[in-house]
Amino acid sequence: MPTATLTADRSRKRPFWTMERRDSLVGYLFIAPQLVGIVLFVLIPLGLVVWYSLHEWNVLAGTFRFVGDANYQKLAADPALGEVLGATAIFSAGLVVFNLSLALLLAILVNQKLRGITVFRTIFFSPVVVSLVAWTIVWGFLLQAHGGINGVLQLIGITGPNWLRSPPTAMASVIVVQVFKNVGLNMVLFLAALQGVPRELYEAARVDGASRFTQFHAITVPLISPTILLTMIITIVGSLQVFAQIAVLTQGGPGMSTTVLVYYLYQQAFQFHRFGYGATISILLFLIVAVLTFAQWQMRKRIVFYEN
Amino acid sequence: MKLLNLKLAALAAGIAIPMAAVPALAVDIRMAIWSANEAHLKLFNEIGAAYTAQHPDVKVSFDSLPFDGYTTTLTTQIAGGNAPDLAWILETTAGDFVSSGALAPLKATFEAAPDYNLADVTESALALWTAGGEIYAYPFSTSPFGMFVNNDVIKAAGQETPAELIAKGEWIWDKAEAINTAVAASGKQGLIVRDFDYKVWDNLASIWNGWGAAPWSADGKTCTFTEQPMVDAMSFIHKAIFTDKAIPGPGVTADFFAGDAAMTITQISRASLLPKENPFSWDLVPLPSGPAGEYAVIGQAGIGVFASGKNPEVAADFLAFFTSPDNAKKLAAFFPPPRSSLLNAEVLGAANPLLSATQIENVVIKGIATGKVKPGHAGFAEIQQTARAALDALWVPEADVPAVLKSVCDRIQPML
Repeated sequence: MPTATLTADRSRKRPFWTMERRDSLVGYLFIAPQLVGIVLFVLIPLGLVVWYSLHEWNVLAGTFRFVGDANYQKLAADPALGEVLGATAIFSAGLVVFNLSLALLLAILVNQKLRGITVFRTIFFSPVVVSLVAWTIVWGFLLQAHGGINGVLQLIGITGPNWLRSPPTAMASVIVVQVFKNVGLNMVLFLAALQGVPRELYEAARVDGASRFTQFHAITVPLISPTILLTMIITIVGSLQVFAQIAVLTQGGPGMSTTVLVYYLYQQAFQFHRFGYGATISILLFLIVAVLTFAQWQMRKRIVFYEN
Repeated sequence: MKLLNLKLAALAAGIAIPMAAVPALAVDIRMAIWSANEAHLKLFNEIGAAYTAQHPDVKVSFDSLPFDGYTTTLTTQIAGGNAPDLAWILETTAGDFVSSGALAPLKATFEAAPDYNLADVTESALALWTAGGEIYAYPFSTSPFGMFVNNDVIKAAGQETPAELIAKGEWIWDKAEAINTAVAASGKQGLIVRDFDYKVWDNLASIWNGWGAAPWSADGKTCTFTEQPMVDAMSFIHKAIFTDKAIPGPGVTADFFAGDAAMTITQISRASLLPKENPFSWDLVPLPSGPAGEYAVIGQAGIGVFASGKNPEVAADFLAFFTSPDNAKKLAAFFPPPRSSLLNAEVLGAANPLLSATQIENVVIKGIATGKVKPGHAGFAEIQQTARAALDALWVPEADVPAVLKSVCDRIQPML
């Protein structure tokens, strides 16, 4: 058969809109709205932030000047950066440890088959759905020198500190306010994980004479380890984004003790009108989040039982 | 097909006819303000409507932004390419706005406006908004700080009232502190420096000016927190807070206007907060004399036209109309005016019916005539935050006042 005839036959047999291509098109159309959203609201702004970080942008003067890596050099030499990163690290570490410990403890407590246990679950979860700013303002009143918390302490003969006015108690207060706000979310995740642990494993362990602690250590923790990893990642990422609590409660003070990276970024960009430098700080924040998330993901084989 | 054509024609007409009804050169002017007070907005809208009546192609609107973060909101609008045509500007940020080139020059417009009488606007009021002989904003509000006092609370503590001390020529800071110490010992609070809250330290100018202190030199280039007048003034404030309890400490909330305290330093416009139900016996007196003698402090707000706005010429023309002698008299109902012809007991008394003639004369007229404007500087937001962070070490009982003030200068000097 001549070649031309063969090709013509093939093209007749295989139209352009094959089933496979149609399926692909439909798939792309389904994800198109999400893709457009990601491009418009994530990728383009991300590119613009990189672009802005290479410029000195004086909003008031209306100048936008290319300065190369000058903002990055300035950031490396910024005398406040060490203090800011220190405050960020303390906040994140405190938040992760306190939040995950408390969330796991609450999840274990509410994972009991008792009458009315759902009421307790609802109570512990309810702060998650409360407005963040309203929650923080109310805590601000409670943490005043003559506020509700010190009033209660006074009843039992303790003179409470001026919580938001000394560096250690101010940082501790901000961490506690954030933990109580969001601990319910991690509690629910842990609760779901705990309920997924097969009962027969505990029964077998009890038959073998394992103590409660051994059961928790050898059965519960390994089997809920994927959830521990998940909650750790979202809590760390969330801790690096904290802003409203700082803005409402301490404005970064006393001194610079609660000036975390996002608040410092806000000050530089929006209060001091240094949008280029603010963009550079946001690149640093992006890198820190990316590195921490990547490192945790790499550690999953050691942390997560199933990954073995 | 005919039906389709008919529909298309109707659609085209539906779009074109309303467009034709709008004047081709309609101009919308927007002024950013931090007041949402209904009476203020009513007056502004009336002035705006009067301007539109004269210039039918111009529509004026007033955009109320929250006072907290006002300047941040404004700069964010500018960064987003959506700058208002005009905006109120705080005295503390005047340096930034005037020196940056963000504001359009206004002198020629004011001089060309009929019956404007620019010479009537006092030079002292214009000083903050002038650079190189050019005017960049109109100081529509020049409001002195005064001392509101609660005579009921003071008498209950067995103290003489400030009016009695003024009559004896003894209204000085030491006496005021003694009154506040006695009131604090009786269970109420002493003196509240309103809006200071251990963060807005520049409001303490209402005290330290009595010692002749200032945060930086007149040319703005040298930090003067370490100079003796400031050390003395801050030592006085520190003692009043932590030793005598004459000023509520950090984290203590108290409201003078709710009757919680003996005195409060604030601007006269706050008279509107005085309670109408269960009122107490109150007075408004000048700030007490300090070691440097009598003094007054004023807060200012200006209105500037953004050079980057869409219609700076029209906006400047509207500003000349908004602040003309006739309209300035109307604005004086709410904002102490910068025009010398309006600085009299008659106009200010009509504008502030709560205040007596003596209060207006002693606090308002004398304050505006002799007062120093609150400190401001180019890059003020950063200086404010940096000094705030350093001054936090002062607000503890065991603070070493000179050492803390030195640390303030160490941190802010590079920014001056």
